[in-house]
Amino acid sequence: MPAPYHQITLAETGARFSCPADERVLIAMERQGLRLLPVGCRGGGCGICRVRVTHGRYHTRKMSRAHVSEADEAAGIVLACRLIPETDLSLRLESKPENDGRRAELWR
Amino acid sequence: MAMTGVLRAGFVQLRVLDMDEAIVHYVDRIGLNMVEKAADGRVYLKCFDEFDRHSVVLREADSPGLDLMAFKVAKDSDLDDFARRIEEAGTAVDQIPAGEQTGVGRRIAFTIPTGHRIDLYAEMERSPDAPQTENPEIWRDEPHGMRARSFDHCLLYGPNTPETVDFFTDVLDFSLTEKVVAPDGGPMIAAWLTCSNKSHEIAFVEHAEPNKFHHASFLLDSWHDVGHAADVIARYDISRDIGPTRHGITMGQTIYFFDPSGNRNEVFSGGHTYYPDHPTRVWSTEQLGRGIFYYEKELNDRFLGVVT
Repeated sequence: MPAPYHQITLAETGARFSCPADERVLIAMERQGLRLLPVGCRGGGCGICRVRVTHGRYHTRKMSRAHVSEADEAAGIVLACRLIPETDLSLRLESKPENDGRRAELWR
Repeated sequence: MAMTGVLRAGFVQLRVLDMDEAIVHYVDRIGLNMVEKAADGRVYLKCFDEFDRHSVVLREADSPGLDLMAFKVAKDSDLDDFARRIEEAGTAVDQIPAGEQTGVGRRIAFTIPTGHRIDLYAEMERSPDAPQTENPEIWRDEPHGMRARSFDHCLLYGPNTPETVDFFTDVLDFSLTEKVVAPDGGPMIAAWLTCSNKSHEIAFVEHAEPNKFHHASFLLDSWHDVGHAADVIARYDISRDIGPTRHGITMGQTIYFFDPSGNRNEVFSGGHTYYPDHPTRVWSTEQLGRGIFYYEKELNDRFLGVVT
């Protein structure tokens, strides 16, 4: 029987949080009041929470091909809002250049 | 008739990742009515207070975002007049035959400097559940979900905002109701445009990547209904962006949220009324916090940066 929770570790900082086995990683993070990954649409569409899974097994719900190509997916790149853990996971943020620029320097 | 040429934002065609989830969101939650599940997979929807057959078209695809936004013009010959003016402005025009969308007449299609596709059309079938016209009730069937009255406008992100404003004002006879400019005579970085009495029918924000979608907006009756929409969002765990709050720009009372594929939606009430003798209202970037969110007086990165 699978464990009810898995541990999610962010590779850069070592920050950890737990995620229910049937919950999406980004949603579990938000529910605990943590701001460890950027939160956008929460629907696999905007690409802000693009991460690389460096360790662990998982499955995903459908993600925008504009942000995760088939090659990306094969290399472990996913959107954290669509990522459901099957074991403990290690993640690293993998923003795309156009997303990094979205902080809208124009407005500041 | 005082209003001629382009009348209003007529419909929007959006891509969604999962059609079944999208139908629950737009029909059960926002409160649109199902019009048709077409053989080509597209789903047509309408709001209860609209006379025309549909105002939202959903298409399942591998990435969300905007396919096109279409405006209704007053008469068929307007399509030829606008096609000529658009081509004279140096923009190619495609002819879309009647029936490409169910119930819609011929359209002209073109790409504006932001990279978005815009269509114009003159004819759409009247909906069988259109508002009543003889001693009418306030509605035929009791509105459900967030009780959206009508599709109202879109905000789009892309490059070339000043050129796009020139196109809409010079070629399509829109008016610039509000704009945001950088300090010291810097460039225009956001624009709200109307062809009617509404504060905006379409709006643009300057953004490096072309053809991005910020939100499609639906009109509610009242500030109370914005609160009811917030209750629906909370009860059904819909992904919320910000609100209920109010905009300084347009003065609308608003809440923003995302559909299950990440496309942003707004439901709003209120806002100012535009007449063609009104001047453009101008916002500077250092005052933009209250321009966008009048109560919070500060911007949030998600609202500024997250698009599909």
